[in-house]
Amino acid sequence: MKLTRRMLLTGGAAAFVAPLLTRPVFASEETIKIGVLHSLSGTMAISETTLKDTMLMLIDAQNAKGGVLGKKLEAVVVDPASDWPLFAEKARELLTVDKVAVMFGCWTSVSRKSVLPVIEELNGLLFYPVQYEGEESSKNVFYTGAAPNQQAIPATDYYLNELGIQKFALLGTDYVYPRTTNNILEAYLISKGIAKEDIFVNYTPFGHSDWSKIVSDVVALGADGKKVGVLSTINGDANIGFYKELAAAGVKADTLPVCAFSVGEEELSGLDTSNLVGHLAAWNYFESADTAENKAWIDQWHAYTKNDKRTTNDPMEAHYIGFNMWVNAVTAAGTVDVDAVSDAMIGQKFPNLTGTVAEMLPNHHLTKPVLIGEIRADGQFDIISQTDPVPGDAWTDYLPESAVLESDWKDLKCGMYNKETKTCVQLKSNY
Amino acid sequence: MTHSSPRFPAPSQAKTSQHILRPRKMARIPATVGMLAALAILTLAVTLLSPAFGMGEMSTSFVKTLGKTLCLCLAALAMDIVWGYTGILSLGHMAFFAIGGYMIGQWLMYARTQEIVVQALASGPIPATADEVAQGVATQIFGVVGGSDMPMIWGFAHSLPLQLVLVVAVPGILALIFGWLAFRSRVTGVYLSILTQAMTLALSLYLFQNDSGLRGNNGLSGLQNLPALGDVSQDLVSIWFFWASALALGLVYLGLSWGISGKFGSVLRAIRDDEARVRFLGYPVEVYKLFVFTLTAVICGLAGVLYYPQAGIINPAELAPIASIYLAVWVAIGGRGRLYGAVIGAAFVSLLSSWFTGGRAPSVNLGVYTIDWVDWWQVLLGLSFVAVTLLAPKGIGGLFDRLTGQRPPNRKGAPLGPNEGALQEQEAVE
Amino acid sequence: MRSLILAVLLACFGLHAQCDTVAQIATAHAADIAKPSRQSIGPVIADLAASGDPMAAKLLEAWGNKALGQRKADKAFFLLAPDPAGYALTDLTGASAGTAAKSDISELKPNAGVRGLIASALVQFTLSDPDPVRRADALTSIAQDPKAESLAPLRAAIDSETDPALKAQKQRLERLLTLRFDTDPAARIAAIDSFGSDLGLDLRAALNPLLATSRIATQDDGAGLNIARVLHPGRDLTAVEAYDLLVTTGAAPARLTHDDQKKALAAQITDGKVGGIAVADLTDQAARDRAYTALEAAGAVPTAATDDEVTAAIAAHHFYEAYAEPDASVTAAAQAALAKISRVVGAMQVADLTLDGLSLAAIYFLAAIGLAITFGVMGVINMAHGEFITMGAYTGYVVQQIVPGYTASLIVAFPLAFALTFGAGVALERLVIRHLYKRPLETLLATFGISIALQQLFKNIFGTQARPLTSPPWLDGALTLNDVVSISYIRIAIFGLALLFLGFFLYLMNRTRLGLEVRAVTQNPAMAASMGINPDRINMLTFGLGSGIAGIAGVAIGLFAKVTSELGTDYIVQSFMTVVVGGVGNIWGALAGATMIGGFQKAIEWLNPSNTLAAQTYMILFIILFIQFRPRGIIALKGRAAGD
Repeated sequence: MKLTRRMLLTGGAAAFVAPLLTRPVFASEETIKIGVLHSLSGTMAISETTLKDTMLMLIDAQNAKGGVLGKKLEAVVVDPASDWPLFAEKARELLTVDKVAVMFGCWTSVSRKSVLPVIEELNGLLFYPVQYEGEESSKNVFYTGAAPNQQAIPATDYYLNELGIQKFALLGTDYVYPRTTNNILEAYLISKGIAKEDIFVNYTPFGHSDWSKIVSDVVALGADGKKVGVLSTINGDANIGFYKELAAAGVKADTLPVCAFSVGEEELSGLDTSNLVGHLAAWNYFESADTAENKAWIDQWHAYTKNDKRTTNDPMEAHYIGFNMWVNAVTAAGTVDVDAVSDAMIGQKFPNLTGTVAEMLPNHHLTKPVLIGEIRADGQFDIISQTDPVPGDAWTDYLPESAVLESDWKDLKCGMYNKETKTCVQLKSNY
Repeated sequence: MTHSSPRFPAPSQAKTSQHILRPRKMARIPATVGMLAALAILTLAVTLLSPAFGMGEMSTSFVKTLGKTLCLCLAALAMDIVWGYTGILSLGHMAFFAIGGYMIGQWLMYARTQEIVVQALASGPIPATADEVAQGVATQIFGVVGGSDMPMIWGFAHSLPLQLVLVVAVPGILALIFGWLAFRSRVTGVYLSILTQAMTLALSLYLFQNDSGLRGNNGLSGLQNLPALGDVSQDLVSIWFFWASALALGLVYLGLSWGISGKFGSVLRAIRDDEARVRFLGYPVEVYKLFVFTLTAVICGLAGVLYYPQAGIINPAELAPIASIYLAVWVAIGGRGRLYGAVIGAAFVSLLSSWFTGGRAPSVNLGVYTIDWVDWWQVLLGLSFVAVTLLAPKGIGGLFDRLTGQRPPNRKGAPLGPNEGALQEQEAVE
Repeated sequence: MRSLILAVLLACFGLHAQCDTVAQIATAHAADIAKPSRQSIGPVIADLAASGDPMAAKLLEAWGNKALGQRKADKAFFLLAPDPAGYALTDLTGASAGTAAKSDISELKPNAGVRGLIASALVQFTLSDPDPVRRADALTSIAQDPKAESLAPLRAAIDSETDPALKAQKQRLERLLTLRFDTDPAARIAAIDSFGSDLGLDLRAALNPLLATSRIATQDDGAGLNIARVLHPGRDLTAVEAYDLLVTTGAAPARLTHDDQKKALAAQITDGKVGGIAVADLTDQAARDRAYTALEAAGAVPTAATDDEVTAAIAAHHFYEAYAEPDASVTAAAQAALAKISRVVGAMQVADLTLDGLSLAAIYFLAAIGLAITFGVMGVINMAHGEFITMGAYTGYVVQQIVPGYTASLIVAFPLAFALTFGAGVALERLVIRHLYKRPLETLLATFGISIALQQLFKNIFGTQARPLTSPPWLDGALTLNDVVSISYIRIAIFGLALLFLGFFLYLMNRTRLGLEVRAVTQNPAMAASMGINPDRINMLTFGLGSGIAGIAGVAIGLFAKVTSELGTDYIVQSFMTVVVGGVGNIWGALAGATMIGGFQKAIEWLNPSNTLAAQTYMILFIILFIQFRPRGIIALKGRAAGD
């Protein structure tokens, strides 16, 4: 259960120091400020703290190279404490009080939706590094994580084509990412000729622990002779109980594969994976990727954290790409002005860590290769499939109301453009 | 309940209790005046420093923070009435607060989205039908959580007056039904606390469902953008809401301190300390409790209405049981059974918490270990409850007693009454 | 065996011009083998399997086990074996090729789909392999991917089977394949009937495809179809569904949707009017319909299906649900068999659900039993009880980090968890609760303070991420009665632990001096004190005991769920509910409460299988209502023991 601590955290951090005094300026020379908006406490801290460290490492490395535009970069780290209203408040503070040039942050969709109205109002810039449900394209956000067509759809194709799955169990935690992703997948599967009766959908609360009934329901799906596969959007801690129950029920990957979209190297460290060998995960990056860039990245990370055991993961790669693209865009634009940088961002290319090149598209999404990994006994993944980079799609083609929409911030200057009526539906995002 | 004016003392009050009442009354008037004066000064100061009307020394986000804090103080006032004065430790009042927020949030979202949809459809070659507008609004609001149909409970969302009626009606009716069920079967003390906690847990679990009709875990967002006033800057909106919050707090404070100063207040305190005796004296204890429970629920709902447009987003985590427990803790730390205690406790603890967790409190370096307040503030807070409960039951209110030279009554260590919610000897003021 | 090889050789000469060696095939298809896809690799695997080269089986086996590698330098394939230098290489002729460093070789990792194909190809080599493990693997492979081609080799391999278990398995598999793929209907029906009301998932998986139906609309009477049932529009399927079926088969034109209508209208705007109606007036559907009809009359837009045309089209067709399986006698037999099975399955599902409910009840009971002592018997409300459970679970985790061996670590962890939480409980009682015995609401707040302090402390020490607490191997897996009813051993163990605690509690309270003193102190401390009982000591011990049991429960719960700092929070409200619903002050009450809550939660989940969250909400609402009718719980204490 996620408990908010909003009651305790209502106030801005400026409560006792900031309002009457302008913030003390420590640096004598002028710097470019970069806001880091990741939770350092609360339920999301475990995932987001890693990203904060990643950002600090990237900024340090860039400063060692001489900064950007001849100025040093300065990180402004705030703690929204896994509390959604606080994300909006901290974002406003970063933009109005600290006057940051760009922000890197957020993890959950609801935190991004909380920040959206603020950055659109104040014309800020946010890099969002986590895989998400799509159906959004804001002028002020660059989405460096995967859209559904860069993770869920290719994984489903893998199930259909490579494993010959005929019956799908879509299990998810009851919130927006699984809901939207599963809606898209359902429409996609039906378009691929899977009957609606052959798609079993179940939602469970955050942190759910009693999985016996659901696992036995899924096993029973095999009764009609069709090959069953699970696509799991189960989030966070709940996965532990789920995988333990799978192992206890003797569900083997050969007979009933489970492909997860939210389970990476870090989540697996809370588990004994020897019973889970062969189950799958789909990401755009795995630590086990065999490239020189990845090796250098992992070494840099281990050196920075002074810990050889720290794993790397997909959102970290997203920040790596996003940050470097931003640096290049600022250099190209010659200014940190949000509009100029946004224009320069589109079309930026940067090598990713898995051997291909990421490109920022006019819809503010990246091209990303889709990797499918099988869980190994040591908690890492065997990469068994890697596609060419897939362009991210802000509006899915598989839901009728989204299929007509398109996002293009380069020529159309619109995030929600109706291709049929040839009009811009709206400039601001839905939240 | 006899409907004599609350200003006249009840005929059944014994001499001794009047003796206790009189100095209290004298002490309260300066407290009320002082509190209102402080509120007025704060409002003036904030206005003068705000970016909209003053020098702009204070950031918009800090104006919002202070406005929200006032709303929390309002909720704490309600909690003090229900717990400090009536002895019902409700661990579910933040649920009513959040319901108020949801009700106003429905209108805010609907009206704002409707504007956008009407504008978007107007650009088409053929004018839109009413159905298309409604469908467009539904798709916009629920498309985010993977739906496209407007649930029944949004039936009134198009109208501000209707939704404002709901703001009062929904928390009120929920409290009425729940209170009636609970008080009718004489559920008291810790059992009632656990039951109210279960109520808020049930509600929050219900709302966490994506299909609850209120957008599940995502909740309602973008509430800071007022419909039809999309162009007005947040600098201005923030100060409007601050004024509204200050006004609401002032009015409710005045109303409540008037309400509890008379016979009605005496009956409440009597119920708190010795419910059985009040019942035997012929008062309809259940009616009083139900009235207080419902009234405070409505006040919490109103506080939520003012709070969430300033916060910008509401989601089911706001109803988590822990939120209501914090409400009780604020009242306890401020000093229960005194209205100003609730206000001070809520403001003090919530602002202090945000300072400590904001990452700007200086870390304490112990040589071998550095105490980072982001990590340790919760520990300190938790232990400070224990300390307040054990060592300083009056909380911050005790400081004021010392200043005004008021003392606890001498009960030889006994509490004021046998009830679980009764004030302890050390908590009371003679 | 000889006939098999002969068949292979025949296939080899029959299908291909010449029979290549494995090495040649591999070189020819190097790219496919390095990056195989299930959809394209089939012929390559078939070629390899049919090559007759003795290395074929070895290559396929290595490939399937992810032990085939490609040298980066020259793209040559090798069988890999671990070696201190990296890999020991064996080339495709079977000769050793020395060693290579890990970085020189890219390991081939075929996906599970390709591995499945490889396994099926290996079946012909391993079905009569001397090694029983391989034979079992071959059977598993056939069972996972039943194919008509497997029937003949499987039948041939039955008689030579020596292992009785494998023989039975082969015979069962043979019947399963027969009922699906045999050419003789009589043999299929006999195979179906031979199973009776067997509960096996594999049997249902074999029978159900025989009964797969599709909806068919024809203008004739459906001769030649194996009809499952006749569908009457309006009764068995709605007119909309019927018409949609006609549209999808191309037998009728599509209907006009509102969107399409709007687009068509928009395309026909002239001088601000459409079909004679002003654009500004098109704000309701009726006006749009009028405009469209006017355009239709003018021939400007295609005629769309009107309601009359839809009705006529439906009336002109017959609708059937028809089996894909053409033989009616087979489908009839399959249907009869499935009907028989589904009755048994239904009963078994109820049994399974009951087991689930009992197991959940045991978990709730275990979480609540400590509380039944501190809250139920002593009347102390301890909001930090959940954190004692967490403390137990973390103790288990820490012990597993230090003590090697999961079994040994558990043996250490249980008493240690008890000792730690007992100590914590005693400390809490001495330092805080003792001062608040007469003030339960203050106790609630103070212990809540302890709870958040402890929770944050756990986060500071262990982090917010879940920590592994792994059950010993003998608790892995599940007790499987049949393919419907099964329950994991860990849950059985928790159930046993709950029963053990129940017995312990009963013994302690009713048969020991301590129990007597506890009961005396809780009922009347003053009187107990005058009888020479030290109430302070008794209170301290009782509270410690309740807390200690929570610690043990924490280890058990951590074994099947996650170990995080919020573990206890998840159970605390439910535990209080369990005690309150069951009836305070009575262990049987806690048991009844746990059984009721666990049972009802499962029942609600069963009624509404796609949403587990709702189950919890309804459960709590039910509890709130239940307390209205039995404010003192299911098992209320009577008389003097009930106190005030």
